[in-house]
Amino acid sequence: MHWNTGYQAEALPLVGRFVEQFRHAEAVVVPSSSCVAMMRDHYPKMAEELGDRKLMAEVAGLLPRVYEFSEFLTRRLGLTDIGAYYPHRVTYHASCHGLRNLGLGDGPMSLLRAVRGIDLVQIENMEQCCGFGGTFAVKNADVSSAMLAEKTTAVLNTGAEACTACDNSCLMHIQGALHRQRTGVRTVHLAEILAGAEGDVL
Amino acid sequence: MAAKATLGDTQLRKNVRHATEVIQNKRARVVAEMPDWQQLRESGKQIREHAMANLDYYLEEFERNCTRAGGKVHWARDGEEAKRIVTALVKEYALPQNPEVIKIKSMTTEEIHLNLALEAAGIKAYETDLAELIIQLGHDQPSHIVVPALHKNRQQIREIFQREMNLPELGEKPQDLADAARRFLREKFLRVNTAVSGANFLIAETGSVCIVESEGNGRMCLTLPDTLITIAGIDKILPRYQDLEVMLQLLPRSATGERMNPYNSLWTGVCPGDGPKNFHVVLMDNARTAVLTDGEGRQTLNCIRCAACQNACPVYRQTGGHAYGSVYAGPIGAILTPQLQQLHHAQTLPYASSLCGACYEVCPVKINIPEVLIHLRNKVVKQKGPLNPEALAMKTAGAIFKSERRFRAAQRLGRIAETPLVGKDGWIGWLPGMLGGWTQVRDLREMPKETFREWWEKRGKRGN
Repeated sequence: MHWNTGYQAEALPLVGRFVEQFRHAEAVVVPSSSCVAMMRDHYPKMAEELGDRKLMAEVAGLLPRVYEFSEFLTRRLGLTDIGAYYPHRVTYHASCHGLRNLGLGDGPMSLLRAVRGIDLVQIENMEQCCGFGGTFAVKNADVSSAMLAEKTTAVLNTGAEACTACDNSCLMHIQGALHRQRTGVRTVHLAEILAGAEGDVL
Repeated sequence: MAAKATLGDTQLRKNVRHATEVIQNKRARVVAEMPDWQQLRESGKQIREHAMANLDYYLEEFERNCTRAGGKVHWARDGEEAKRIVTALVKEYALPQNPEVIKIKSMTTEEIHLNLALEAAGIKAYETDLAELIIQLGHDQPSHIVVPALHKNRQQIREIFQREMNLPELGEKPQDLADAARRFLREKFLRVNTAVSGANFLIAETGSVCIVESEGNGRMCLTLPDTLITIAGIDKILPRYQDLEVMLQLLPRSATGERMNPYNSLWTGVCPGDGPKNFHVVLMDNARTAVLTDGEGRQTLNCIRCAACQNACPVYRQTGGHAYGSVYAGPIGAILTPQLQQLHHAQTLPYASSLCGACYEVCPVKINIPEVLIHLRNKVVKQKGPLNPEALAMKTAGAIFKSERRFRAAQRLGRIAETPLVGKDGWIGWLPGMLGGWTQVRDLREMPKETFREWWEKRGKRGN
């Protein structure tokens, strides 16, 4: 939030804070692709900017162990079918940072395709930004709203009961409009779908 | 951003959506057929980076070679100087009783508002690019770098032609409109003896200038008049003739979705008995060297003005170009204009993006536009200083994120503070102040009763 809005000075100390919290973890799994993109694209440069050689080395050492959630399953663990059950019509929104910065590609979709009972439907503008963009949503609220309107229209056109993604910020944004319009369509994180098991009330 | 007004113009939004989609799809097709597209992009980036890193050397090489071939090179520090030079040249060469020029589409002349300066000096300028003609006759502004009248549809163009060309019976078929423009322009091509152009590329090695276009009207301007005056930003330089091999693959595919431009004009100085007798080039800085001094921002100068970023941008798609209030609109405009104006104006432009990265993905010379946007946002924040509500909120949030104790306290406090706003259904429909932008079309779910931390800690105690 700070970095992308231009508050670099406020963002810099958070790098050290992150390393301090997670330096001993075997793997850091993050359910939000934009957070991972922030770390991968900017943390090394930020540590350099702080002129802290030790921090630079620690960031370089920790980053390969940081995974976006779907990436952890498909690339680190080599899984696509994790035995989940989710008997609903679902559409997938490819969040910008997951798609373009992390190159998640077909990973999240391959996980979804393996879910039992799911009726997976393709959204028309899957790769188009939902208009969130952090503070963009309030700083340029009108344009953000116009972008969001296109996204929610596409979600509704699929007839899906739920829209999923690998990024909570997009989901919060899309959900905000789906609820305001009382569409009865919900958003669920990919992890929530994969957590579903036969016998659960879903 | 003046987006509110354009967002209300449903016709404009439909025109922009339609046009950008058509160009995007064409681009995607001709890019997909190139097995080496990513290598081409990398080559394009390296050529442009090298040229900008050695700009002084290549500009002087261009000057020597162009001069040797019979061209005359002028240097302009800024737009004002460039306009003075061009105006003086036109007065020297154009017919004194009725000074006129024909113009090739040029964003550089739009950047400095050359036409206004010419008009003030009593010189009539005729735009000959079809879209620029529509803009000029419609007393409008370009809204796109490559397709400046993209925001107009056929019926709107017919209305402009009917009125301005005095053709009340004009039909609305593309042929009718092209016919009318052809008749209007041919007469100018044959009569006017001086042309003003921009440049796509300047080749240092040979002193040549390159212009690519679709209509052939540019070719008319380059070959028929006695005098040709080219005005180019100093960033347009390419070191070698062979660099065109890369650029002329990248540019047409990215700009118009064509494998090759229908007209590729290249000329070197003057040639007796063939084309213009007098050839002048005005090399204009207009803050480009200032951009070059900024390590992060300088990649902006690598731009070859293909406008692929505009077509790909979901913000541009909603608002069109005029909302940016800048000659260069879209993602490239959001980073170029603030830098050319050294952030004195256009402080909001770096924020006209959701940072989705679609622009970077399509850029043929790999300009990392989101990265530059963030860099410029930082400059804006520094200019505005620490004493405004946003900066104070950011500072507070930064302090909270730094400390676990404060973070937990903020979560508790947040749950208390939101209570009066949360409806019976657990949703917030109205937020105060800056956050009100969110709730104009969105709701927000209340904070969960149990935070992730609390859940994780409980789970740890249970040992599973």
